[in-house]
Amino acid sequence: MKRRMESYGKMVQLLFMNPVFFIGISLLLVFIMTSMVLILTGAPPFSVYKQIFLGSLSTGSKFGHVIKAWIPLTLCAIGLLYTFRINLWNIGVEGQMIIGAVFCTFIIRLFPNSPYPIMILFLAFFSSMMGGALWALLAGFLKTKGGVNEIFAGLGLNFVAQGLILWLIFGPWKRPGVASMSGTEIIPKGLWLSLIERTAIPPAGLILTFLALFVTYLLLKYTKIGLGLKAIGLNPKASLLFGLKPSLYMLLAMVFGGGLAGFAGCIQVTGVYHRLIPSISSNYGYLALLVVMLSNYDIRLVPIVSFFFSCLNVGSIQLPMVLHIDSSLSGVIQGSLVLTFLALHALHRRLSTPKEIQPS
Amino acid sequence: MATKPFVKIFFVITLFFLFISGSPALSAQPDQTFTFGLLLVGPMNDHGWSQAHFEAGKYVEEHLKSSKMLYIDKVNPADRPGITIPQLADDMIEKGARLIIANSDDMSDGIIEAATMHPDIYFIHVSGDGALTGKAPKNLSNVMGRMEYGKMMAGFAAAMTTKTGKIAYLGPLINDETRRLTVSCYLGARYAWEHVLKRKPSELQFEVSWIGFWFNIPGVTSDPTQVTGSFFNSGYDVVISGIDTSEASIVANQKRMAKKDVYAIPYDYKNACDGASAVCLGVPYYNWGPSYVDLISQTMKGNLKQQWLWLSPNWQDINNPDTSHVGFIKGPALSDIASKALDLFISDMGTGKIQLFKGPLNYQDGSVFLAPDEVANDKKIWYMEQLLSGMKGQSRVQ
Repeated sequence: MKRRMESYGKMVQLLFMNPVFFIGISLLLVFIMTSMVLILTGAPPFSVYKQIFLGSLSTGSKFGHVIKAWIPLTLCAIGLLYTFRINLWNIGVEGQMIIGAVFCTFIIRLFPNSPYPIMILFLAFFSSMMGGALWALLAGFLKTKGGVNEIFAGLGLNFVAQGLILWLIFGPWKRPGVASMSGTEIIPKGLWLSLIERTAIPPAGLILTFLALFVTYLLLKYTKIGLGLKAIGLNPKASLLFGLKPSLYMLLAMVFGGGLAGFAGCIQVTGVYHRLIPSISSNYGYLALLVVMLSNYDIRLVPIVSFFFSCLNVGSIQLPMVLHIDSSLSGVIQGSLVLTFLALHALHRRLSTPKEIQPS
Repeated sequence: MATKPFVKIFFVITLFFLFISGSPALSAQPDQTFTFGLLLVGPMNDHGWSQAHFEAGKYVEEHLKSSKMLYIDKVNPADRPGITIPQLADDMIEKGARLIIANSDDMSDGIIEAATMHPDIYFIHVSGDGALTGKAPKNLSNVMGRMEYGKMMAGFAAAMTTKTGKIAYLGPLINDETRRLTVSCYLGARYAWEHVLKRKPSELQFEVSWIGFWFNIPGVTSDPTQVTGSFFNSGYDVVISGIDTSEASIVANQKRMAKKDVYAIPYDYKNACDGASAVCLGVPYYNWGPSYVDLISQTMKGNLKQQWLWLSPNWQDINNPDTSHVGFIKGPALSDIASKALDLFISDMGTGKIQLFKGPLNYQDGSVFLAPDEVANDKKIWYMEQLLSGMKGQSRVQ
C-alpha cells in the first residue's frame, strides 16, 4: 500500500514537472477558482469572461487601448525585474512613476511653445527617468545606509509623492481660477505623443518598451551586472567573498527600476492624459508587482502577463456598461488569479525540490 | 525551444477566450434604435448629481420610444484608474451610440478630445462652456440649468431657519460655476435676512469650505463628513451642500439624533431629502429630462446645431417634470412661515420683481462686481471671479 502511494506521488510529481501539463492544470484551476469567486459575487462567469474578451480585443480601437495600458504597465514590470533579481521589494514603484510624471510635466511647462517638440519630448523622457531613479535612490539609501526595510521606505515615499502631486495640482500648477483634482492645463498638442491612426497606440512608447524589454533581457542574462544582481539576491553574504558590493548593486537595481517607472509616468502624461492628474499612475505600479510575480520573475513571460492584465483592465469596462455589474469585479478576478497562480507556483517549487532540503 | 511553453500559454489563453466568447459577431449590429451614451462622473445611485442624470436618461427612453441608453458611472480617474473619456466614447460609438453626454465639468478636456476624433457623432457636455468660448468642435454643445435660482431659494430657506445666524456652505472645488452658485446662496440668504426678517446684514455669517472635488475621494479631498461635522460643532446650524453626494444631510441627521437643532439643504437630486426628513429644509435640483429629450430629438432628426444652453426654471410651475429645468422641493423640516415666505420669494423672482444680481455688489476683495442699479448679464454671472463681500471662505486657491 505504502509503495503504491509512493508511486502515485512520483507520478504526480513527474506530471507537475511537465511544463505543458503544469500550464494546462494551472489555467484550469485558475478558471475554476475565478468562476467560483464570480458565482459567489452573483456574476455570471461566462458572460463576464466573454465581455472582458470582447471589450478588450474585438476591435482595433479596443486593442489599441489595451496596448496603451500595456506600455506603462510593462515598463514598470521590467523595472521591477531588476529589484526582484536582487531580492528587493520595490513597492515604491508607484511613487517613482508619479515623480517621473512630475519631472516630465516640469520640462513641458518650461518649454511649452518650443519650435523643437521632439527635443523637448526627449528631454522630458530623460528627466522623468532621472526623477524616477532619484526617488528610487532615496528608498535605496534608506535601505543600504539607514537599514530601513525597502517596503516601508517605498510605501512612505509613495505617500510623499502623492502629497507632492496634489500640492502641485492644487497649488503652483493649478489651472487659472480653478482648484480641482481634474489636473493641470492640457499640455500643448505638439508635445502629445503621436498615435497610430485610429488607435490609441503611441508608436514611440511601443518601440521604447520593446527596447527596454530587449536590453533588460540581455543585461540580466548575459552581463556581469545581471550575474551580480542574481548572486547577491541569492546570497548577499556569500557574494562578498566574490568581491561584489551588495549596497552598490542594490542602488543600481533601484536606479534601473525607478528610471523605467519614471519613464512610464511620462508616457502617461504625454501619451494618455495629456496633463498631470492626481492619479496619473493609474495604479500600474502596484499592478506591475502582480505581473512580475505571476510571471515567476521571468522576463519572457512579463509582456504576456502584462498584456493579459491590460485586457482585464480595458475589458472590465464592459461589466458596468453591458452587464450592469461593477467593474471593480475585475479586481476580484485579478486577485483570485494571482492567489491561485502563487499557490500553484509554491506547489511546483515544493515538488521540484528534493525532500531532503525542503524546509520543515 | 525554451520559449515554447510561453508561446503555448499565449495561444491557450487566446483559444480559451475565443471559446468562451462563443460569438461570431464581434461588433454591434445596426438597427433602428437611436442609441445615446451617458458618462456619469459619480455612482448612478448617488442621490445626487449623477443619479439626476441617470434618471433623465431613463426619462428619454420613456419619451422617445426608439431611443436606448448606454451608460457608465464612476467615470473619474480615482474610481477607474487608467480609463480615459476618449476610450469610453470609442467604446460607446462602437456599440452604436450616435450622441454622447458627458455629465461633468471634470470631463471637459476628454470630451473635447473625443468630439474632435469623431466629427460625425454629437456630443453634449453638461456644465461646460466650450461651445461658448469656441474651444469645442462644432459637434459639441453645452447644456446647463440656471441653478442660481435654486441656490437662491436654498439660501433663502436657510436664512429663514437659522437661529444662530450662521449658515455654512459645503463647497466642492473652486471654479466659476461653484463661485456663482455659492454667491447665489448667499444672495438668497441675505435677501431673507434683510428684507423678510428685517435683520442687519452684518449679523448674518455665511462661510464656505471647499473639499476639493465634487465628492469625497479618500486621501485626496477633504472629508465632507468631517467638514460638515466641524461646521455644526462650531455653531453653524444650517449647512447647504454644494457637492454631488449627501453627506451634509446624513451628518445633520446624526446630529439631530444627538438632540442638536441643526438643518441641511442637499443638492442636485429631487429625492435627496428622503431619509433626512427631520433636518431637510428642501433641495434645489436639476431636471435634465426635458433638455435631453429636446437635444436627442434634434439629433435624431439630424438638425442639432452647436449651442450653449443655460436653461431657466418654468416660473409657472418650477417643479413640473416636463417643462422646468431647475426646481426646488421644500423639505419636511421647513417651517410654515418660511414656506410661505419662500413661495412669495419664488413668485417675485419669476415676475422679475426681485433681481438679486443687481448692484451695488462688491467682490470679496472690495472691488466692484456690479455698480449701483447695474444688472449682471449672463457672462458676468457665468464667469464669477470671486465670492462677494460679506462671505467668508476662499475665492481662489492661494
